Amino acid sequence: MSLELKNVEKKVGIETHIYPTNIKLEKNTINILLGSTLAGKTTLMQIMAGLDKPTNGEIWFNGENVTGKQVQKRNVSMVYQQFINYPSFTVFENIASPLKITGVNSDEIKERVGKVAELLKLSSMLDKKPDELSGGQQQRTALARALVKDSDLILLDEPLANLDFKLREELREELPKLFEDRECIVVYATTEPSDALMIGGNTATILEGKIIQYGKTLDVYNKPENLISAKVFSDPPMNIAEISKSGDTCKLADNSVQWKSNVKIKDGNYKIGIRPHNITTYKEGSNTVEINGKVLISELSGSESLIHFTNGNLNWVSLSNGIQQKNIGENTKLFMNVDEFLYFDENNRLVNHG
Amino acid sequence: MNKTINQKAWFFVVPVFVLVAFNAAIPLMTVVNYSFQETFGNNVFAWEGTRWFKQILLSERFHDALGRQIAFTFIILLIQIPLGIGIALTMPKKGWGVPVCLILMSMPLLIPWNVVGAMWNIFALPDIGFLGYSLNAIGFDFNFTQQPGDAWFTTILMDVWHWTSLVVLLSYAGLNSIQPAYYQAAEIDGASRWATFRYIELPKMKKVLTLAILLRFMDSFMIYTEPFVLTGGGPGNATAFLSIDLVKMALGQFDLGPAAAMSLIYFFIVLLVCWVFYSLMMKNEVRS
Repeated sequence: MSLELKNVEKKVGIETHIYPTNIKLEKNTINILLGSTLAGKTTLMQIMAGLDKPTNGEIWFNGENVTGKQVQKRNVSMVYQQFINYPSFTVFENIASPLKITGVNSDEIKERVGKVAELLKLSSMLDKKPDELSGGQQQRTALARALVKDSDLILLDEPLANLDFKLREELREELPKLFEDRECIVVYATTEPSDALMIGGNTATILEGKIIQYGKTLDVYNKPENLISAKVFSDPPMNIAEISKSGDTCKLADNSVQWKSNVKIKDGNYKIGIRPHNITTYKEGSNTVEINGKVLISELSGSESLIHFTNGNLNWVSLSNGIQQKNIGENTKLFMNVDEFLYFDENNRLVNHG
Repeated sequence: MNKTINQKAWFFVVPVFVLVAFNAAIPLMTVVNYSFQETFGNNVFAWEGTRWFKQILLSERFHDALGRQIAFTFIILLIQIPLGIGIALTMPKKGWGVPVCLILMSMPLLIPWNVVGAMWNIFALPDIGFLGYSLNAIGFDFNFTQQPGDAWFTTILMDVWHWTSLVVLLSYAGLNSIQPAYYQAAEIDGASRWATFRYIELPKMKKVLTLAILLRFMDSFMIYTEPFVLTGGGPGNATAFLSIDLVKMALGQFDLGPAAAMSLIYFFIVLLVCWVFYSLMMKNEVRS
């Protein structure tokens, strides 16, 4: 089982929503489409589902060309950001609806709905109507409806975006388990890099209608092919600076910071990308270098501290564990973990592979 | 904490009291006053108790008018609600067709009621009106000034023409508030067009449709101007709905006592139906 997009392109009027795209998704994988709002994630999913036709290109499923094949005949299911359920049906009827339409007999419906409901902790609310449920339960119902069908392709379009923080965490942990022993391809669109890291699987970084990089989630995260992919897959945003290297010495373009580096790249000018959690108020890793910063904003998020600071022309973010109180305008020393720096050449390609 | 007592605050409420008094209470009390008395002119009144109420409630004339009124309201609701939904479903959702349809739909609602009556009166005249003449020309014996059935047909057609747009506009607004994802979900499920309507569109339109039914009920139950101009309640009393009958009694015959009693009964019927309707609506609301 596989889903393959071959040169798929989508234009609406003179606007290009999806640039020619090639991607192959394999059986039993969770594939994350990671990109900001309007990057084209939803369009891509609708093309995959058959809800929308590509302007050019083909969609192949299991070695069959399914371009233009009606969605009803494709055995796909989809879960949306909004909680989409039939308003006048009970939870049971909602979950059962795709089975009823395909004419499954009522005993089997009962059994399958019961199983899925248990999996999604809905067993006690089968007789309720969707609007009597909390947002999380409504989305669980929608998920159950998608799962009960045993679809070949399950599309989840930012399913957690409308849930509050706690419910999102809870459901996000459960999600990968739901698909564990299912024969299907799961596609999951999200704007949150943390979603991708939590769920794992494969990730495709998307920007402005183009797939930038596709691969194992951790590979994409650790070795972004280029600066764009690294930026898409970084939240808070990645810190970027121009540097020059000569011998084993690197320094920021304004000479404010210098460090020894053993990356095997030739001398010259580069860009570095540093993820916020690699700049901390304490030393982390065996190879650190100091940077002076003037605090712009210092904010706490849970048990982490975000410190926005400036250094010359740079306007950077650091992320430290624990509560690190800094005053606005204060001059402070921060430590950068040199081993985690990403070096990009003049074409923004990553040069320090593995 | 000490509360200071300042009765001046009452002055702020006075304008509302005055307004409501002139607006509602005083005119209504005049009617209440008439309904319990016999009026002799020169401001001479005699107490009659509940006599007029009994007389009205037992009179065949009132029963007939009420029956006609209920039949009329029922028929136009039965036509306008499904027709309105149907038209709303076929209206375009984007493009240049949207403003065109909306303007066309709003037209009938903007025409003054007596103009509508006059328009349809002329339109349906059997000798010179386009509708009346055409119907006769193709073989129907149509004369709304003489035949009760034709009078009803014309009145209902006029009301449908005048007011279906309201249902259309409300339904259209309801339909447009449904997120596209619902339709996609139905498509993925392989739901038929009918199932999509029955299980997505109709439940999602429930609120606006309740409103549409309530508005159309009230307006049609109190209809006066249009049938008055069109048929004057005739032929005979065939289209004399409650308000037409009421005006005949009050101003035609100058039976102020019975007319006042009838007004109050009429008022309570409308109030009762609205209340029942409203509580049913709210009950559903609470449950969901």
